[in-house]
Order: sequence, then structure tokens, then C-alpha cells
Amino acid sequence: MRNYLIGAGLAVLVAGMADAAMAQSEIKIGEINSYSLLPAFTEPYRKGWQLAVEEINAAGGINGKKLVVISKDDNGKPADAQTAANELVSSENVAMLAGTFLSNIGLAVSDFANQKKVFFLAAEPLTDAITWSKGNRYTFRLRPSNYMQAAMLVEAAAKLPAKRWATIAPNYEYGQSAVAVFKKLMSEKRPDIVWVDEQWPPQGKIDAGPVVQAVAAANPEAILNVTFGADLVKLVREGNTRGLFKDRAVVSFLTGEPEYLDPLKDETPEGWIVTGYPWYAIKTPEHEAFLKAYQAKFKDYPRLGSIVGYQTIKSAAAILAKANSTDPEKLIAATEDLSVPSPFGEITFRKIDHQSTLGAYVGKTALKDGKGVMVESSYKKGSDYLPSDAEVEKLRPKD
Amino acid sequence: MAFYFVQFLTGLASAASLFLVASGLSIIFGVTRIVNFAHGAFYMLGAYIAFTLTERLEGALGFWGGIVVAALVVAVVGVLVEMVLLRRIYHSPELFQLLATFGLTLMVQDIVVLIWGPDDLLGRRAPGFKGAVDFFGQNIPSYDLFLIVLGPVVLGILWLLFQRTRWGVLVRAATQDRDMVAALGVNQKWLFTSVFAVGVFLAALGGALQIPRDAVHHAMDLRIIVEVFVVVVIGGLGSIIGAFVAAVLVSELNAFGILIFPKISIILVFLVMAVVLIVRPWGLFGKPEAPARRTPGLTVNPWRPWTSNERLAAVGALIVAAALPLFGGNYALTVASEIAIFVIFAVSLHFLMSVGGLASFGHAAYFGLGAYGVAFLAKFAGLPMIACLLLGPLLGLAGAAVFGFFAVQLSGVYFAMLTLAFAQIVWSIAFQWVAVTGGDNGILGVWPEKWAASPSHFYWLSLGIAALAVMILRIIVFSPFGFALRATRDSPLRSEAVGINGKRIQWTAFVIAGTVAGLAGALFAYLKGSVFPDNMGISLSVDALVMVLLGGVETVFGGVVGAIVYKALNIWLVSQTELSKLVLGAFIVLIVVAFPKGIVGTLESIISRRRKSSSSHQPLLTSRIETAE
Repeated sequence: MRNYLIGAGLAVLVAGMADAAMAQSEIKIGEINSYSLLPAFTEPYRKGWQLAVEEINAAGGINGKKLVVISKDDNGKPADAQTAANELVSSENVAMLAGTFLSNIGLAVSDFANQKKVFFLAAEPLTDAITWSKGNRYTFRLRPSNYMQAAMLVEAAAKLPAKRWATIAPNYEYGQSAVAVFKKLMSEKRPDIVWVDEQWPPQGKIDAGPVVQAVAAANPEAILNVTFGADLVKLVREGNTRGLFKDRAVVSFLTGEPEYLDPLKDETPEGWIVTGYPWYAIKTPEHEAFLKAYQAKFKDYPRLGSIVGYQTIKSAAAILAKANSTDPEKLIAATEDLSVPSPFGEITFRKIDHQSTLGAYVGKTALKDGKGVMVESSYKKGSDYLPSDAEVEKLRPKD
Repeated sequence: MAFYFVQFLTGLASAASLFLVASGLSIIFGVTRIVNFAHGAFYMLGAYIAFTLTERLEGALGFWGGIVVAALVVAVVGVLVEMVLLRRIYHSPELFQLLATFGLTLMVQDIVVLIWGPDDLLGRRAPGFKGAVDFFGQNIPSYDLFLIVLGPVVLGILWLLFQRTRWGVLVRAATQDRDMVAALGVNQKWLFTSVFAVGVFLAALGGALQIPRDAVHHAMDLRIIVEVFVVVVIGGLGSIIGAFVAAVLVSELNAFGILIFPKISIILVFLVMAVVLIVRPWGLFGKPEAPARRTPGLTVNPWRPWTSNERLAAVGALIVAAALPLFGGNYALTVASEIAIFVIFAVSLHFLMSVGGLASFGHAAYFGLGAYGVAFLAKFAGLPMIACLLLGPLLGLAGAAVFGFFAVQLSGVYFAMLTLAFAQIVWSIAFQWVAVTGGDNGILGVWPEKWAASPSHFYWLSLGIAALAVMILRIIVFSPFGFALRATRDSPLRSEAVGINGKRIQWTAFVIAGTVAGLAGALFAYLKGSVFPDNMGISLSVDALVMVLLGGVETVFGGVVGAIVYKALNIWLVSQTELSKLVLGAFIVLIVVAFPKGIVGTLESIISRRRKSSSSHQPLLTSRIETAE
């Protein structure tokens, strides 16, 4: 036993020295996400960033240094995410933090980053607070925010003749702010609209029958849906059986993302106006290159998570290459107004609020060969759906 | 009018699915007294296996056959679990089985993702029940009608089973008085196994029947387990009819509640439970528990204060712990601070559970209140850190004083569930009152002041407060108040006869435990720099429970060891492996088997057995102490 222990100790020592030698020639990014809580989104996301790492290192790494991503699970809890962030920063000496899915976890890590003066590239959290009301100089965000997605949907929704609207949204910050922004923007464009009902099922626990029934009783002409995942499946099934969506327009956040659309299979409702990712219909050269590489490596089609994971690490690499340093201040300077290519075309990290201009696809749902797809989709650039600079400055605290 | 009728039917359909699962849990608890945390896991397994079978098998027969076979398969799994795992620990301290089933639940969550993949799965619709029936212009899904009929049918079958068969008579007898049934020569082993099998079958059937209207996914278990517990408790433990009535009550209140308050669903079941338990302490159809015949003290090693050698050892351990900053890095120190905070949290619950005999399922409420107390004081009042640390926990104290007053009127699982209800009510206030608490986005920027900001300083602060908390609680345990509390725990009747006001003593203990938990929460807020509703969520309450059980309920010191082992392991596993839940769950199950009284409890009994055999010249004295206990 004692011999074994000594041996193990030596092994650790040797490994430690090897690590130290390696550290000279590599750059580490610390990545955190809800792998165990939300595998449906985070597994494709992981594949996305793995592909990015492979491509970056095949092309010579970052200014000659090898890129290494150290990935941690956050259990879906803000407190655990901070423990992981701390480990990555204190023990692994990562150059920057990246990732997160849930808004509250994104905010927790962004606050950690602000306190410890670490650069943080938020991948997925949608809350507007992370770049506006609770924004800080160390945090940037990749995905189009709640506000941006709402603005994209409002553009299409305002053209509908419907005047009586009802909303169904999960009862937490994401659902609440999605509905609030949608209502505000919609009422600005269409003062004639009345909001006749709102339903707030608890996230993950929708009792779909009574909810559908209650919405139907208000007899709206159009419905805004913000539920996703398993809740969406239940809502759609009940809604289909009870005829809720018949002759009613539906506008729905995120439903066109393969993560949420594919599980609906042949029950996919047709004609919903949604944001999403129709990977089968995007014919730009940037996207086709990504698609080909992804399918070759994983023998699977990409989800939106794959794009987010891929682009997070690609952007991070571009930032590190431009800064040519791991000093957070230099990273911030490098990121502000940095333009990087993405599978959706070039995006820019805005200096004013640290939001990227990555956009989203807006289209309609349809059924094809027993599967849900997005049709008539078009790419909406993020930069076209943000409020004016003057408004943004009012929303964001001064650094 | 047609609308209200259809809404009523919709509520009934929801009730039917809830009832199937709840009835199984109720039967299992009634007979075996196992708080079967894995019931949701069996429900989820039923859905997954039914999904696979119904996708493979053709036609109506394939569908319905698949559902029943799935439930049977899961029932067999349940039997295996009972025989291999639970049988070993029926004689462990109360609630210890909860630990084993909690470990299983963790494992199943990872296993289903490994087998069936991470995506949500859409099962096929039930043949013959695909459409809807038109009722005065309102559509009722025909599958809902099927469920509405099925619920009472299952209730009827169970009723016949319990009233008209010998097995049913035995089950009812065991529900009423287990010891007497055993004394009459009934083979308890097989009675328990069969009851467990029936209960698991019902859970799996409930899950399998969800596939035509739900998505099958890896979080189904957590979605249902708490709700089902609540339904069982509202109905009265062990009462099948009670479970049915409670399921209908809850579902109908939800169906009509959302018409007036669309945000009510998130809290409704807990509100109903709190009201029912305050008015009827044993649920709607439950009966008061018979007073325990066994004197709990007999199975416990007599508690005694530390000898001076042990005191020295404790001080030594503390000095070693305090030396950590000499060789540990920043990360190690922060993790150690977190562990120290959880030691405080665990000992506060341990104090309530082992000394007071009151198992709280909602202890995180006071932890979270302490954390929010600090956040309010620091962010809104701008008070300095010391003042926040001293005053923040007072919010935990206040919460414990209010809720404890109602909770200590109850005992056993009813007490546990009422504390859970209060915790969920507090949680939902933090979650919903966005203007004040920031909702689920929490309150950010609660960082420690300069003097405590460095990881080593914060670690010393946490360690110092943890040592202080443990010491104070130990002093209370061996104070006259502690003896009175233990007397109330061991025999309410006798303690009352000697003039102890049991309820007031328990209430005081509850407030002490809540305040100490609030202190832990206050430190936690500073450690993380932010406060979220999570900090008072169910999973944190369960964590605390697991720590206490892991350490050993029937000990003075178990909470400390349980917290260190569980928290360190948890952090380490999450950091090291993708399958942290599978490994952690397996580890918990192993510990349960290896240390059937918890880590400290089992070690203590081994040591005392050795001591007894080496000092056999004092048998008289030991036995006298045991009797006194």
C-alpha cells in the first residue's frame, strides 16, 4: 500500500512537471454548461465546440499555441456553476470562461467574472439582463437575446390580422421577460391589439389540458407561446387534440430549433411563426462548410446547440488570437467591435453592450415526411433588431 | 357552462394519472414506512420502457400489451431492489431508507440518458383514443375520458384487493400495526416484497400511460415525485381513498385556479397541503399514528459529552483544518469554505432530527432566508459585512419561529411534509416577487468586504463559525434543555407527565436549528456573491437530509462527517466525471449497505462493541445506562 502511494505521488509529480511544460505551449478556455440537466441541448453543443477546437488546432492553434477547452458541468445550479468557475480560474488557470445555458447561471458566472476580473463569453443565456441591466465589462454574450428574438417575431406577428392575443409562457424569468418584451413591441406597432388571456404554467410541470382549455375559453385569434422542451410537446399534443390551434395564428419562441421541433415528429403543428435553425435549408457557403464538417465528424445533423457551441469557441479563439495575450483587459479591448465569421455569416461583438450580432432564422413550421421542418425561413441579422444606442446606454449601467 | 364541465373533466383526467402513482407510494409507505424517493424513478422507467415496447410492437395489442409489460418489467426491477437493497436496511434508523432510494434515483437519471439518449421522446398515441369527443362545442380528448374511467377502476380493484383477499387483510393490518402482524407469525419479508412490487407496478403503469400525452425525458421523475408525496400526505398516509380524493382535489383546484390566477400552479399543491395539515394533522383520511412501542433510546449508543482526550482530538482536528491555507490553493480553500458552510447547515438539521426527533424536509428555507437576509441588508440597506452576518440569519430565525409554531404541532412524516410545504411557499415568494428578490435571476454582487475577501481569510471565517456552531449545539445537547428535548423525542407522554412542555421545547429547538441554518445561508451568500431561489429549493433540503442520514441520525456528531463526505464527493465528482449522478448514487447505495446506521453511527457501534468485549467486567453498568436512555 505504502509503495503504491509513493508511486502514485511520483506519478502526480511527474505529471505535474509535464503539465507545467505543456502550459507554455497551450491556451486553456474554461467552459461550463448544464450537461447533466439539459442534455438535449448541451450534447449537440458539446459536439459543436469539439469540432471548433479540432479545426482551430488543425489550423495551427492560437498564434502557434494549442487550444485546450476544459469543460465542467454545473448541475443546473448557479452555486455549482460558481464552484466550477472558481476551479477553472484558480486551479486550471484558464484564460477565459465561456458557456452556460440558463439565464440565472449565466448571470451568476457573469457576476463572478466581474468580481474576479475574468473574461467571460456567455454562450446561450437569453436574458436581457446579462448585457443590459446587469451587464458588466467582463461579460460578452453570443446568442441573440430575448429582446432580439422578440423583435424578430414581432415583425412577422404584426402583419397578422389577429387582434385578440393570448400568451402561454413558462413561469420564470425567461418566460416573463419574453412575454413582456413581445407585448411591449407588439403594442407599439399595433395599438389595436387586446391581450385576452395569459397562462403561466410552471417550467417543466405544465398541466397541459387545463391550460389549453383555459386559453381556448378566452377565444383569442392568435397565441404567443414561449414554452419549449417537454412542456411544448405536452402543449402541442393537447392543443392538437382539443383543436386549440385550428384557425388560430401561433407565434412561438425557439420552436424551430431542431432540439424542440424534432421531438414533435408527426404532431408538429403547421404554420406557426417561429425562431429556429433550419439546418437543411441554409445554402450559404459558410454554413455548408460547417454542415459538412459536422456531419463528417459526428454522423449526425447539427442542432442549434451545435452552432452555439461551435461559434462560442470559434469566437473565443478569434479573441485570444487578436489580443495575443491572456490579460483580461486586453481580451476586452480585442473583443469590442471584433468581427468574426460564423456559419450564419459575419458577426460583430458590439462595444456598446457586449452583445454579438448573431441573428436567428424566422420561418413557419410545416410537416414533411412525418417530421417537423421550418419553411419560408429567412435569416434575421441581430444588428437589425436591437434598440437604438441611446436606449441601450440608458439600459446598461456605466462600468 | 359546457366549458366548466369540460374543465372539470380535464381536471379529473389529470387526477387519474396522479392517483395511479400516488396510490403506489401510499401503499408502500403505509406498510413498510419507507419514504420511497425512487418512486418517481420507477414512474420514469415505466414510461421509457413502454416507449421502447410500443415503438417495436404493432397494433392496438402491441400498444396496450407494451404498457402492461413495461409496468410488469419495472415491478420486477422493484422486487430486485427491495430484496437486494432495502431488506438490508429495514432495521436502520427511521428515514435511512430514503437515503438508499435517493441514491437509486440519482443513478436512474443518468442511466436513462445513457440508454435512451438525451432527446425528448414522443411516444405514439393510444390506438382507439387518438381523437376528441365533441361536447357542446368543446373538445374532450378521448384518452382523457379513458383515464377518467381508469382512475376509479384502479381504485375499485385496489379496494377489492384490500378488503376481499387475505393478502389485503395482512397489508391493512401491517399498515395499522407492523409489530403485531410480525408477532402473529406473518412472514413480513414476503409481505413487504409483494407490497413493494404492487406499489412499483402502479408507479410504472402511471408512467407508461403518460406516453400518449407527454414527452418521455430524463427529468420526468423529479417532476412528479414531490407532487405525488404531497397528494399522499393530503389524503392521509396509507389511505388509498384519501390519495384518490386528494388527487382530485389538487387537480381540480389547479384546473379552475389557473382561470383566476394563472401563476397559481407553481405553489398550489403546497398551499393546499399546508392548509389541510394545519386543519387536519393526519391528512384528510389518515389516522393518528399509534404511539411507538419501541423505546428509541435502546438502539442507540448512550450519548455522552466528550472526554478530555476526545476534546483534545477535536481541537487537534480543528488546528489541522485551520492549517489548510498553508498548503492548499485558492480553489481548495473555496471548496473547503463551502464544505464548512455545509457543515453548519447539516449540524443544524442534525440537531433538529437526532436530538429533537423532528425530520424537516424543508430545512433549506431557513438557509435561504438567511442568505436573502444578508442580500437585502447588504444591497438595500448597505450595511457592513459583520452587521449583515449577524442580522441576516435573523430572517431565518423569524421564518423558523412562524413556521415552526405550526409544524411542531405535527409529528413524523406529517411534520416533514408541512416543513416542505412552508419551504416551497417561501421559495415561490422568492421566485415570484421579482421586484424585491429579482425572481430566479436572483440578487447579484453580495461579495465579502476586503478583510474577508481572500480565500484563506474567508475560509478561516467559515471554519471558525462552523466550529463555534458545532460547539454551541453540542453544549445545548447536553444542557437541561437538550435533555428535555430528548425526553420529548423519546416519550411524549412521560415527558409531559414530568412537567415538560413538549411543544414549546420543540418549537425552541426548531427556532435554534432555523437560526443556525440561516447563519450558514448568510455565509453562503458571501461565498457565492449572489443569492438565488435555488438556495431554498427542494434539492438543497434533500442534500441536507442526505448529509445527516449519511453521517448517522442516532449520533451527536454525524452531521459534520456526513456534510464533509457528501459535499466533498459531490464537488469532486461533478468536476471529474460526466456521470457524476450515476457514481454518486452508486456510492450512496454502497454506503447504505456498508454502514446501515450511517458512517458515524456504524463506526460508533463497532467501537462500542469492542469496548464492551474488552471491558466485560462492567456489564451491569452498561445495561443500566441503556435502560436509563
